[in-house]
Amino acid sequence: MIGIEHYVVVSSILFVLGVLGIFLNRKNVIVILMAIELILLAVNINLVAFSAFLGDLTGQIFAMFVLTVAAGEAAIGLAILVIYFRGRGTIAVDSVDHLKG
Amino acid sequence: MDSVASLQLVIPEIVLSLAGLALLLVAAWAGDKASRAISVAACVALGAAFFLVAPSVCAGAAGPDTSAFFGQFRADAFAGFAKLMIFAASGAVLVIAPTYFERLGAMRAEFPVLVLFAALGMSVMVSATDLMTLYIGLELNSLSAYVLAAFLRSDSRSAEAGLKYFVLGALASGILLFGMSLTYGFAGTTSFAGIRASLDGGLSMGALFGLVFVLAGLAFKISAVPFHMWTPDVYEGAPTPVTAFFASAPKVAALALTARVSLDAFGTEVDAWRQIVIFAALASIVVGALGAIGQSNIKRLLAYSSINNVGFILIGLACATQAGASAMLVYLAIYVAMTIGSFVAVLMLKDENGAPLEAISDLAGLSRTRPALAWALMALMFSLAGIPPLFGFWGKFVVFQAAVEADLIVLAAIGIAASVIGAFYYIKIVKVMFFDEPAGTAHGKSDWAHWVLLAICAAAVSPLGYLLNQVLGSLADGAAATLFLTA
Repeated sequence: MIGIEHYVVVSSILFVLGVLGIFLNRKNVIVILMAIELILLAVNINLVAFSAFLGDLTGQIFAMFVLTVAAGEAAIGLAILVIYFRGRGTIAVDSVDHLKG
Repeated sequence: MDSVASLQLVIPEIVLSLAGLALLLVAAWAGDKASRAISVAACVALGAAFFLVAPSVCAGAAGPDTSAFFGQFRADAFAGFAKLMIFAASGAVLVIAPTYFERLGAMRAEFPVLVLFAALGMSVMVSATDLMTLYIGLELNSLSAYVLAAFLRSDSRSAEAGLKYFVLGALASGILLFGMSLTYGFAGTTSFAGIRASLDGGLSMGALFGLVFVLAGLAFKISAVPFHMWTPDVYEGAPTPVTAFFASAPKVAALALTARVSLDAFGTEVDAWRQIVIFAALASIVVGALGAIGQSNIKRLLAYSSINNVGFILIGLACATQAGASAMLVYLAIYVAMTIGSFVAVLMLKDENGAPLEAISDLAGLSRTRPALAWALMALMFSLAGIPPLFGFWGKFVVFQAAVEADLIVLAAIGIAASVIGAFYYIKIVKVMFFDEPAGTAHGKSDWAHWVLLAICAAAVSPLGYLLNQVLGSLADGAAATLFLTA
């Protein structure tokens, strides 16, 4: 029997993978965008699973909002990436170091 | 609460969104040559929203009558107070931005529209009483802000600032959202009142994780240590008017939101979040003060200064009392005036060709080349340092007073000691301006709008600011009281 714990464990694993994808990735900014999507999808699994578990629709409505915002976020992220590529000619993560810090 | 009454409570937001949409159409049809007119129209919309919100703050609006859309949104005096600061700061940014962008040939008609939508998002944030409203407001603000950071498309530093802000902001949103999903799962509801009621019996493990993730995500947005690393880079790379915006309005919104989440939704679990807030406050004060010392770029220095100031504001939150919340609001109001003033002064630093100067060494001998600017900047720096005759001192004073009253004496003592370290680099700027040989770079003239804004901000932080004390204090007290009605 698959219970709520299993869903929470899966979503936690996905969330951690997403966060690690942002921090450990040394290659390509596109991979970071994918990692961000992974985080948001992990959250969605959580929301929908809790919604079913609690018998409360709020979580599913919330998931719809998250999906919508995730689409906007990806669009803006890619747009910024295009501008960045025009200026530098690369999207390697190591190139993002002109501002020291 | 029927929908007509709900709609009446969100009239300021409706004004902003309709103005934003209409101006977006104007921008699409008329193109960039209309950008000045659109800026003016956006300022008017912000001003209208400001005066629509003002009565609720003066009246201290509170209670169930201020709750709209089935507990999703609350237009109380606390939200109103934050909105006044947000709208004023956004309007000020619209006043200073066109000159900066026009010199670079980069003034585009979207700029005022983006600022309007960001202000709308912040306004929703501070009124949110449900995790969903919170998320939508936060993202509306963040998505506009990412674009604003990368607004100088041909400047690779601006693009890099936009990219960094986007990646770290999206990560912060993800962390916040994960925390909200856990909170929802373990509390069984997304409304703040419901979360508060369900946590009354104690905090389960899952809800504790949710609380920690939510606070971590919010700490990113207010750039509190240990989640501050994006701030100096983004502030340095973003165009200066946009940096002025980031340092003022979104900070107010995110801090007000943090206060509402902590004191309302998690208001019964003060002991659980207080240690996190105290740690973030002290770490922000110390890192902000030490980090600023070695900086040579004035925008980076002001970034560390804002981290430092967030630490002081968090002390007010750590009190978890009405006096603490009121002190937060007073500090925020003074902070907005100081920050906007400092960035206007930075914008006014230009060489003879009108190119902006950002290095601290360019300030050398400013008291001889541009005395009025140097004196105004001196007042702002002393005020940021919290030197007594200036109004910045009052902000720190009320915060520490609230901390002492809440028995957080050690926290207050460490904060006072660290503010002395912080004073070092502010005074260094004054020393460079008044006692160093003129670098001979700062020559340009500034237009009257900059002078007017600078004069308002400098007057507000000068000892004249104490004339406002009575009004500011009573409004902040009234606003803070509305947060504690549910307690």
